[in-house]
Amino acid sequence: MTTTEQNIDNKLIPILEQVSDPEIPVLSIMDMGVVRSAVIVDGIVKVEITPTYSGCPAMDVIGDDIKTALKNAGYKSVVDLILHPAWTTDWITPRGRKALEDYGIAAPLDAEADKEVLLNGKRIVKCTNCGSQNTRLVSQFGSTACKAQFQCEDCQEPFDYFKCLK
Amino acid sequence: MNNNLYNYILGIADNSLILGQRLGELTGHGPSLETDIACTNISLDLFGQVRSYFQYAAKLANDGRTEDDIAMLRKENEYRNVLLVEQPNTNFAYTIGRQFLFDVYHLAFLTELEKSKDLTLSAIAKKCIKEVRYHERFSSDWVKRLGDGTEESNKKMQESIDDLWTYTDELFHQTEADKAMVLEGIGLDITQLKQAYYAKVTDFLEEATLKVPDSKYFQKGGKKGIHAEHMGYILAELQFMQRAYPNMEW
Repeated sequence: MTTTEQNIDNKLIPILEQVSDPEIPVLSIMDMGVVRSAVIVDGIVKVEITPTYSGCPAMDVIGDDIKTALKNAGYKSVVDLILHPAWTTDWITPRGRKALEDYGIAAPLDAEADKEVLLNGKRIVKCTNCGSQNTRLVSQFGSTACKAQFQCEDCQEPFDYFKCLK
Repeated sequence: MNNNLYNYILGIADNSLILGQRLGELTGHGPSLETDIACTNISLDLFGQVRSYFQYAAKLANDGRTEDDIAMLRKENEYRNVLLVEQPNTNFAYTIGRQFLFDVYHLAFLTELEKSKDLTLSAIAKKCIKEVRYHERFSSDWVKRLGDGTEESNKKMQESIDDLWTYTDELFHQTEADKAMVLEGIGLDITQLKQAYYAKVTDFLEEATLKVPDSKYFQKGGKKGIHAEHMGYILAELQFMQRAYPNMEW
């Protein structure tokens, strides 16, 4: 129950990598770290995914998209939602972090830095447009449950910051 | 089925359900775009948590009822939420005061629930804690901002705390299900959370230059299904689709 390791059949990885987060389309669910296991048992693919946030409306869509992708690849599948171990932003892969930044969403800092940013207004989140760290927290809650709103004081670009979740 | 466990889960989840519904009322009506989005984000978190609890409750009931049935098809006196969470969004200070007084409790509650020997409840608690930490940051920040803000914002924040204070004691009242779950090692003894709760709330309020109410008169009833006049209106909206179009699905 306490393992944080993923158990994913190598054959299935390319298929699952085609499925993306509907709210952040540049990010595959594999890079997001929400697929915790995917194994073939008696010809049926059993997939376990874990939600980023409890209320994330993307989870139902992700579940359907996984089934569709697997079906197109010739597999029947069952998708289960598991809550434990709880998702953390540490599970976003380096490639996923880069995809977020390129898309205009600042990737999560570590927990301490995140606290300084969200609670004490420290200016260290890098603007995704110009790279300046002279950025200001507009609101701890952003366009989706996982993000906070920021604005760059140099180039004035408003952007999202993916909150650290530990 | 373990009836006590079922009722225990509903007791926890109903608080989040009704508070989530109250916050949802602010969709498009928040005092500013940022606070509107924040309140509705918190609402979404709470509804997500409720789904986890009700899915578990439905599994325990094992009689064909779904999470939606449990959420939508009960009568008013079958909801077990505390009176605090059904209080209206009188103004933004009330929304924040209600949220703050609940969040401090909620975080302490989940921190203990995480230790439950019921693995599902423990897993839900672990997930929820991460979200509720953000809720508490948000609401306590605003208590400080309004309390230590202008004369007017201080007055409104103080009024909200003074009015809502009377609903705080009920958070620590044990139900029969609570007591049974403590004995089974599944639930936690909420009476043990009370002292730390008031100490923490006091610290926040003092930092916000607000007075801690000294009233000893407290309202109760929600946990027994005896709700304020607000509850019927909340349910009328919450349950409308299921009542008007029974068994409809998205």
